[in-house]
Amino acid sequence: MSINIYKALQERILVLDGAMGTMLQAYKFTEEDFRGKRFKDYPTPLQGNNDLLSITQPEAIKTIHGKYFDAGADIVETNTFSGTTIAMADYQMEDLVYELNYQSAKIAKEVANEFTAKEPHKPRFVAGSIGPTNRTASMSPDVNDPGYRAVTFDELRIAYKQQTEALLDGGADVLLVETVFDTLNAKAALFAIEQVKEERNIEVPIMLSGTITDASGRTLSGQTAEAFLISVSHIPLLSVGFNCALGANLLQPHLEAIANKTEFAISAHPNAGLPNAFGEYDETPEEMGEQIEEYLKKNLINIIGGCCGTSPEHIKVIAEIASKYKPRAHPSIPSQREGKYSTL
Amino acid sequence: MSEKDKNKNFTKASSLWGEVGEGRRYMKLSGLEPLVLNENSNFINVGERTNVAGSRKFLRLIKEEKFDEALDIARHQVDGGAQIIDINMDDGLIDGKEAMVRFLNLIAAEPDICRVPIMIDSSKWEIIEAGLQVVQGKCVVNSISLKEGEEKFIWEATQIKRYGAAVIVMAFDEVGQADNYKRRIEIAKRSYDILVNKVGFASEDIIFDLNIFPVATGMEEHRKNAIDFIEATKWVRENLPNVSVSGGVSNVSFSFRGNNTVREAMHSVFLYYAIQNGMNMGIVNPAMLEVYDDIPKDLLEHVEDVILDRRDDATERLLNFAETVKGTSKEKTADLSWRENPLQDRITHALVKGIDAFIIEDVEQARQEAKAPIEVIEGHLMIGMNVVGDLFGAGKMFLPQVVKSARVMKKAVAYLNPFIEAAKSDKSEPVGKILMATVKGDVHDIGKNIVSVVLACNNYEIVDLGVMVPPEKIIQTAIDERVDAIGLSGLITPSLDEMVYLAKEMQRQNFELPLLIGGATTSKAHTAVKIDTQYKNAVVHVNDASRAVTVVGDLLNKKSSHLYTAKLKKDYDEFRTKFLKRGKEKSYISIDEARKRKYKIDWETSEIKKPNELGIQVLKQLSLKELLPFIDWSPFFRSWDLHGKFPDILTDKVVGEQASIMYEEAQQMIAEIIANQFLKPKAVFGLFEANSINEDDIEVSIKPNRNKNVISSNVEKSQNNKVVFRTLRQQLKKREGIPNHALADFIAPKETNKTDYIGAFCVGIFGAQELAESYKAKEDDYNAIMAQAIADRFAEAFAEYLHKQIRTKHWGYSADEELTNDDLIKENYKGIRPAPGYPACPDHLEKETIWDLLKVEENIGVTLTESLAMWPAAAVSGYYFANEEAKYFGLGKITDDQLTDYSERKGITKEKARKWLHPNLAN
Repeated sequence: MSINIYKALQERILVLDGAMGTMLQAYKFTEEDFRGKRFKDYPTPLQGNNDLLSITQPEAIKTIHGKYFDAGADIVETNTFSGTTIAMADYQMEDLVYELNYQSAKIAKEVANEFTAKEPHKPRFVAGSIGPTNRTASMSPDVNDPGYRAVTFDELRIAYKQQTEALLDGGADVLLVETVFDTLNAKAALFAIEQVKEERNIEVPIMLSGTITDASGRTLSGQTAEAFLISVSHIPLLSVGFNCALGANLLQPHLEAIANKTEFAISAHPNAGLPNAFGEYDETPEEMGEQIEEYLKKNLINIIGGCCGTSPEHIKVIAEIASKYKPRAHPSIPSQREGKYSTL
Repeated sequence: MSEKDKNKNFTKASSLWGEVGEGRRYMKLSGLEPLVLNENSNFINVGERTNVAGSRKFLRLIKEEKFDEALDIARHQVDGGAQIIDINMDDGLIDGKEAMVRFLNLIAAEPDICRVPIMIDSSKWEIIEAGLQVVQGKCVVNSISLKEGEEKFIWEATQIKRYGAAVIVMAFDEVGQADNYKRRIEIAKRSYDILVNKVGFASEDIIFDLNIFPVATGMEEHRKNAIDFIEATKWVRENLPNVSVSGGVSNVSFSFRGNNTVREAMHSVFLYYAIQNGMNMGIVNPAMLEVYDDIPKDLLEHVEDVILDRRDDATERLLNFAETVKGTSKEKTADLSWRENPLQDRITHALVKGIDAFIIEDVEQARQEAKAPIEVIEGHLMIGMNVVGDLFGAGKMFLPQVVKSARVMKKAVAYLNPFIEAAKSDKSEPVGKILMATVKGDVHDIGKNIVSVVLACNNYEIVDLGVMVPPEKIIQTAIDERVDAIGLSGLITPSLDEMVYLAKEMQRQNFELPLLIGGATTSKAHTAVKIDTQYKNAVVHVNDASRAVTVVGDLLNKKSSHLYTAKLKKDYDEFRTKFLKRGKEKSYISIDEARKRKYKIDWETSEIKKPNELGIQVLKQLSLKELLPFIDWSPFFRSWDLHGKFPDILTDKVVGEQASIMYEEAQQMIAEIIANQFLKPKAVFGLFEANSINEDDIEVSIKPNRNKNVISSNVEKSQNNKVVFRTLRQQLKKREGIPNHALADFIAPKETNKTDYIGAFCVGIFGAQELAESYKAKEDDYNAIMAQAIADRFAEAFAEYLHKQIRTKHWGYSADEELTNDDLIKENYKGIRPAPGYPACPDHLEKETIWDLLKVEENIGVTLTESLAMWPAAAVSGYYFANEEAKYFGLGKITDDQLTDYSERKGITKEKARKWLHPNLAN
């Protein structure tokens, strides 16, 4: 399957899905809904643990994946943004991590297969979403102790390895290390993925997507866009890019900063604008589409989708626009540098 | 000449290597910023002073755990032009791994240092790996070699590749260190082939250290040390594609220790030729480097003879010459010109740059000039921090720099604290204890930290829970630590909801602590609209640290905090009202689209109760006594600017006494009013069959009226027994699944063939005006206002009373409800009674329809003024909706298409509609 995504990526701009959280909000799931029968008596509050819904409300997750595929997405992300033992510690659900990731990938894959069967000319893919966790490996949470770290590289590596294994077992075609706000966390994820690849003797396409948070154009951990790119380019990636924190217009300069500096495909999944005073995203599909069209006119993009505040309507508009443009030219994969790909 | 200019010396020469073949790849490294080699790259200067093997001072500082000063050395290197800093902790007396990790972690918090890539230098793999695990950028590992065989070499290289670092390979193999030209190129070639072909290492990430050994040692076999290195460099760069060549330059001049003039010249000459031949990076102390062109001709000639091995007596000649130029050392220092600036500029500079070296002396000077030490904090330091805040806001500083600024601030404050203590007359306890936390799910804490620091500066004790703090922990800590206030911070949007949740929890657990809200996504608007409403005590949005001090001071001042809180509450209430009225920067959907998104009641299952008594009724004989239990007293006090909830307000520490007096007086007046029947309540109401039609209209059918005491509507004859209410629909674009409401959605559409019902009413309190006038005549304005305030309360109470009668009796859809007055105030009942002119139906013109339908003026005498206000003023009118899904909402703004549609439906000109709906029109 993964060879198909390389092929598809040469042929056209691939469309990634939009927000999962925003779509789930509309369901207004209660604490009870989050718990389902199985976690009725679980000792911690579970409302807000969106990843858990893959187990307790799988139909909702499937429906949302379906809506995004319907809207024209080529790739959907699994509902596993917080699916590490580190992030799940908030809910005392470390032991469920494998199952959460496995089920999430399985659900997404089922939906993807349905769509691929209907439209064989447009194969659909599942990207296993690997979030940043809620800890930073290169920053101290304590201003009085700048040398302190709340998490180590090895702790992250082990957690990411487990998540990776479960996502692959569940059927993920691609791994998406996303919303990277601390590059060291991402490096631990890449390290873990490399270990899994080696142990299983497989190749897995990896998408990597950072987050520019500050007005200064840096990641939360202080790197410029290019420094970030350099710090993650040691592993052959399917794509590199940015998501979240900014709307499409504000993201553009950062995409431009990396687009001509890498041989990897370029991805972007911006938010639907910046949040208003109530934390809601207002940008309409048309407004967002217009801005994204600017990327495409400049030939910056290979994979495009949406992050916070985007809906199937946004993705529909984006997919329509994307279909009118050619993908950014990038050296074909398999790369000459990584002989292994030639065997695929 | 600056350090940068010096590097230029070496630029042109290296461009020679830009022409090697096509598809050449260049090494890229990164700290916070990129370091990318290209064909025009300058020589890459690696700072060497943070090396325990190379710097005795650094070793001492690490041994003594003086990491702050050790960081200064690193900073000095970067300021001096080092583009990479080499860090080495290999010493028998220190725990190298622990020191490496600790120092690298500290460097990561120093953006002016970690903007450059790190070279992790150790002979122990364990230390290298520990270093690789704590640096986010792309580092250089220094070094690996074939010394212990291929297997170990391959394994280490594989790991380094996976960690994402470049690598220095020493010209060293199982036999030993390469010490001549042939051995150098042989080992380089072998290492390269293994790395590229077996490990898959990117060739541009390989750097060869070809061993720089001393010359002019007096030993014959050392004569060619420099020239062999230079020639081997040339071979490697020409034969091993994409690699770099590096070396420790100071080695070459080892035999001239103590004579810096000669050493500096030797370094420059060596580099001049090595760079021409392809050496593109090296460990050089930029402070120990002369500019090639500035080397005196005679010295240059002697040095070149040695480096290039041009004469047999070269060493001797240089030794002799060296005696003549001894001892003009010129260790460079950092640019300190800013120290010449005025005091405030220096303090601001120190804060902006995060330099703490001089802050104590500057603050001391400021202290001596100031009247009181606290003025230094509130003046000099806050001025500097405001500059930091502005730069951060403008994207010209980024997070780690600001954290550093905060630390300099802290250091300054720590210094000032004893003086502040001493200046105080009485022995001071902390003036208060403040809990600070970044809420669950959020890692951003800069705002919180700055506020913490500033508050701590002002003698508050800070309990800092850090980031991603779950609400339970905040609550529990607040209780355990008996804090005086809670400060919440957040940057990302979900944090806003966390804050709302915490406010709710604080309310639920009957907290009384003030709640401070800050962080980049927070706003006064969100605080006022979403958080303030959840918590009955003080909630205040504080986004700048200097304001935090005064706010907290006011909140914790035992004498005035209640007044201040009341003022805050009022301020936020007003702000909220204004904000909600104001057009938000939102987009709107067409009225057609909005209708598709109407609120959908399932009319198949929704219960419709037929009213017990259809038609119009009039109430004129009611006693005011009946209304007393329905009075909501809180607004009464509010009208007197006394804030608080009834009955708690009567015992409030600040306003309680005044409130009690007023309440007493109001009771007396009420008794008088009731005894003398000064005020008369009258009401008219009707319940009718109705259906919604054309999406947004409600068609009301009127049956012939048999009640002789009631003047019936003439519409029943003229308009086919129908009257139509026009409702307005929300057009704000909302998230999927959130409907666009109109009141018509709560009445069954005609197409359902189900008969639904609607009510309308007007209540009025007569006599207040006359009573007020009578007081005014006696120059008693106080009681005049009191009379009107009481009449208003009776009107509201009457509306509440009547609604209850409707629910339980006349319509009877909630015949057995048991609600307390408190429940009523909180609107905990089924069905709604929205009033024209209020948020759900802002069109005052609809009152005319009610007046026509109920013959309000004829039946009870409440009239409508030209501006459609009711007279007497103490009156309430509105509709009744009984459906259990009916709820209050705010229309918000509508757009021109609905305005057109509405005026056409209503049969009025668009101009008229525009006039009345003006506050609700978008744009």
